[in-house]
Amino acid sequence: MRFFRDLYVVFLRVAIAVELQYRASSVIWLLGVVVEPVIYLAVWSAAADAQGGEIGGFGPRDFAAYYLLLTLVNQITQGWHMWEFQYRVQQGQFAFLLLRPVHPIHGDLAENLAHKAVMQVALLPMLAALAWAFEPRFAVEPWALALFLPALALAFALRFAVEWTLALACFWTTRIMAVNQTYFAVLFFLSGRVAPVELLPSSLVWFADALPFRWMIAFPVELGLGRLTPAQAAAGFAAQALWLGVASLGLAALWPRALRRFSAVGT
Amino acid sequence: MRSLRIFWVFAKLGFQNEAAYRANFWVQIFESLLNVGSALTAVAIIFARTDTLAGWRAPELVALLGVYFVMYGAIQIVISPSLTKFMEDVRSGSLDFTLVKPADAQLLVSLSEVRVWKLVDLALGLAILANGLTRIAAQVGAWQALGFGVALVAGAVTVYSFWMLLATCAFWFVRLENVLMIFWNMYQAGRWPVDVYPRWLRWTLTGLVPVALAVTVPAEALAGRLSLGNLALACAVAVALAFGSRWFWKFGLRRYSGASA
Repeated sequence: MRFFRDLYVVFLRVAIAVELQYRASSVIWLLGVVVEPVIYLAVWSAAADAQGGEIGGFGPRDFAAYYLLLTLVNQITQGWHMWEFQYRVQQGQFAFLLLRPVHPIHGDLAENLAHKAVMQVALLPMLAALAWAFEPRFAVEPWALALFLPALALAFALRFAVEWTLALACFWTTRIMAVNQTYFAVLFFLSGRVAPVELLPSSLVWFADALPFRWMIAFPVELGLGRLTPAQAAAGFAAQALWLGVASLGLAALWPRALRRFSAVGT
Repeated sequence: MRSLRIFWVFAKLGFQNEAAYRANFWVQIFESLLNVGSALTAVAIIFARTDTLAGWRAPELVALLGVYFVMYGAIQIVISPSLTKFMEDVRSGSLDFTLVKPADAQLLVSLSEVRVWKLVDLALGLAILANGLTRIAAQVGAWQALGFGVALVAGAVTVYSFWMLLATCAFWFVRLENVLMIFWNMYQAGRWPVDVYPRWLRWTLTGLVPVALAVTVPAEALAGRLSLGNLALACAVAVALAFGSRWFWKFGLRRYSGASA
């Protein structure tokens, strides 16, 4: 335990130093995080206006609350390992990572957490400015708000585990790009980003419930906004736990096999 | 005529380069289909809940998406790869080799790299544009078609000149990838008519990044909602940017002192 504590202290210190070095790139990366929710916020608000001010219980100000909170949840849960792994394999960086006496997932996790922590300095003012522009309406439900942080933490763990596991595909194929883009397309539709899940066509809602994507992003948002009943919240936590278990088992099973496929080339 | 011949030579070169990686063609088809399919699905999801969006109907939005992907294809086929290569060349010094060639340097750097597989985006864009058009054919008369043609050319000129302005900055600044990232981030907002955005964002999309002029204005012409005044304005912006970027390019070139030995 002590070993891991010291390990993470070092990893976090390094990652934060790196993060502070590339400030400009990070802020532009953040712009990419904010643009998409703002687009769909604007589109749904326009749709609500066209329908006499409301769609399925969402008015423009409810959409604003939904998409602003979604921006935050999406930023906190997101990772970039699915892109990074391809680069690591092609550039031979894995050889160095594997020389370390710890599983490379720890370094990635620390780097991810450091990035999220540092980025809040820029993201929160951005969200405040957007809140000023879009005037969101938040309905506070104390019990739901209290459960928001656990849901967010589980969502982060779930998304991290799923994406890290899928990224291992690059040990088997060099065309990881197609895998990534398919994943991100499905994620976009089923995680509440293109629309709040309850506004999706019913055929898609079924998939959103059955697959892990909704539980990675949309669930903490819906919970935090007080849009779920206690029963729905409990079902959501169960789904998160279930998928996290599945992803962890998959990761544990695939990692040794991926390692056996690995052969380094280069100096 | 000569510039067309130069373009043809670069296009052939681009094809020969990429023909060596034929599997990439299938990857490109997959990616483009995924991209276009996602965009159409998003429109379908939203129009399952409403029948108009800021005054636009579904087939008009499909036509707008067609324009979006046609522009996207045009940028990806030649504008973005050529000018990205140019920025790299300024840094590495190989721009000197381009400058000694007996043709206009701006023309050469704007055409130097052609990604033929990206024609898939252009083709898919044309296909959904055609699909949207057949569904609103009744409201598209000769004037609308003419306005669309003019607006499309003006939009293309605007986008090209905008990229040229950005690229020319490479004479002064080394790292411009970040600026291009901003462009691509903002460009995806063009999938929807700029009328859906709040006013401050609409001005950003028109003024800072010419997404509105490139995509919304041509589509507005098709939907019959473009006033003659706005069309004239779009043309004026295109002409001003074309001359402005040309001037800026020559200004930058005069300052350029070469980096190679």
